[in-house]
Amino acid sequence: MRQFVDQLIQNGYFAGAPKELVYAGAMIVAALVVLSVFVAPLAGVTSWLERRVWARMQSRVGPNRVGPQGILQWLADGIKNLLKEDIIPASADKFLFSLAPYVVFVGFLSAFVVIPFGRELIVADLNIGILYLLAVTSVVVVGILMAGWSSNNKWSLLGGMRSAAQIVSYEIPAGLAVLTIVFVAGTLSTQGIIKGQGWAPWDWFLFYNPFTFVAFFLYFTAALAEGNRTPFDIPEAESELVAGYVTEYSGMRFLFFFFAEWGNLYVIGAVATILFLGGWHIPAIPALADQPILKGGLQFAVFFVKAYFWVFVAMWVRATLPRVRVDQLMSLCWKYMVPLSFVCVVGTAAWMLIWPQGNRPVSMAMFLLGVVILAMFSKRVGYQIRHARPVLYLRPYI
Amino acid sequence: MTLFIILAVLTVVSSLLVIFQRNVVHSAVALVAALFFIAVLFLTLDAPMIGILQVLVYAGAIMVLFLFVIMLLNPAALEPRQIPWWTLGSAAALLLVFLLMPALLNTVAPRQAAPAGPGFGSPELLGQTLFGSFVLPFEIASVLLLVAIIGAVVLAKKES
Repeated sequence: MRQFVDQLIQNGYFAGAPKELVYAGAMIVAALVVLSVFVAPLAGVTSWLERRVWARMQSRVGPNRVGPQGILQWLADGIKNLLKEDIIPASADKFLFSLAPYVVFVGFLSAFVVIPFGRELIVADLNIGILYLLAVTSVVVVGILMAGWSSNNKWSLLGGMRSAAQIVSYEIPAGLAVLTIVFVAGTLSTQGIIKGQGWAPWDWFLFYNPFTFVAFFLYFTAALAEGNRTPFDIPEAESELVAGYVTEYSGMRFLFFFFAEWGNLYVIGAVATILFLGGWHIPAIPALADQPILKGGLQFAVFFVKAYFWVFVAMWVRATLPRVRVDQLMSLCWKYMVPLSFVCVVGTAAWMLIWPQGNRPVSMAMFLLGVVILAMFSKRVGYQIRHARPVLYLRPYI
Repeated sequence: MTLFIILAVLTVVSSLLVIFQRNVVHSAVALVAALFFIAVLFLTLDAPMIGILQVLVYAGAIMVLFLFVIMLLNPAALEPRQIPWWTLGSAAALLLVFLLMPALLNTVAPRQAAPAGPGFGSPELLGQTLFGSFVLPFEIASVLLLVAIIGAVVLAKKES
């Protein structure tokens, strides 16, 4: 990104303008492009897809009226929410109440700065990339707490409190899982972490050793909890708290929270892909060597599919698992996940002392183990689907 | 320089808001903002690692705990009281400023800043410094934190 702007300046564009101003302008343009071309449709389509997938798993139909298969439902929802009345409760703290959605939104959107969609396709390759990601996502909590408190509603306050306690707790296993990979990669830069892996699954950090394999599941679980997703959605548990910290919000402000939630799903998938699943790596194809655009597109596609697969898994988990209780949530984090993630960190550190270059046979064995687990799981799911069919009178794509 | 002035003004204004706000939650949010601007100042000083840690640790973790406690304790119960030590506090602050004055004057005086060396502020260099020349203070600080954690657990435990 910076090189690109520098090149433009050297080629005589923006002559006479102060350099800082050009950089600032470039940043704003980049943010607008990322927001309007990528993040907004992504979050919107994810919201539609989640409702469809969820409906399908529960033998319902889901939204299918707006556009083919209802794919434009998110646009209709967006327009509806834009036109709705923006209600601020009389007893709310007006300033914090209106500020909170933006804090949440900015915290989530800033994450896209360091997500590399391809070898060249990244807004800024910071040398502290993954740490930056952890930092900006931790800002979201402040927004949620502000929303919960300023609504002046006991459901909102309880939701905000639960959310803050949950996010702060689950940041620890998530951070330690990330640290495990940082050990292996020897860098904090997201591009650097991806470059340490390869296109083949056995070169991924997921299969580097048994500890990173466990760390992946720790990360994914903790990230779901941080994103307030079912089964960890007690901050907005409908049966207990109406809608938690968003109870008093309406119209566009309400939508901002959910925009952040659905967009955050993709960020979770993207981070998992960066850290564990080899990022944008594609096999070296000689025919593509002199076609940078095609190659970049292919890298983007690979990255997107890998990341979006985990969005689908999150939807699946949401449709399948019941919500956990507050005390179960905390004991799961502090009694099981935190100690286990410490084991991962120490284990990987010891592993690197013994085999500084990694251990290829073990990686291959881990890969085979992963394939076996996946095969058995698919077999089980296939069995369930086959036996569910007699009661399922829906055509698959109704 | 312009950037620095803007950031400095924002930092000072939000720090003043921390003190002069009537509402405790507003003060805490202003403190988050102040810490955030200081983090950006670190970024402009070629120290991204420190800046990001500032956001991660202070804005993201410590201030969340602050807000958490304030909100749980119900700020209505914490209405601002007339603090009898107002003058004493001001005197202490003035004394602190007086003690810091030599260092401040040294810094404020315009002089050519030394350019940052290669790799300045990078995680590698920070780690090497922390675990090289400053390993003893670092370990002592971590033991101190451990003592604090154990102390908190002991205090929170019910008398049996």
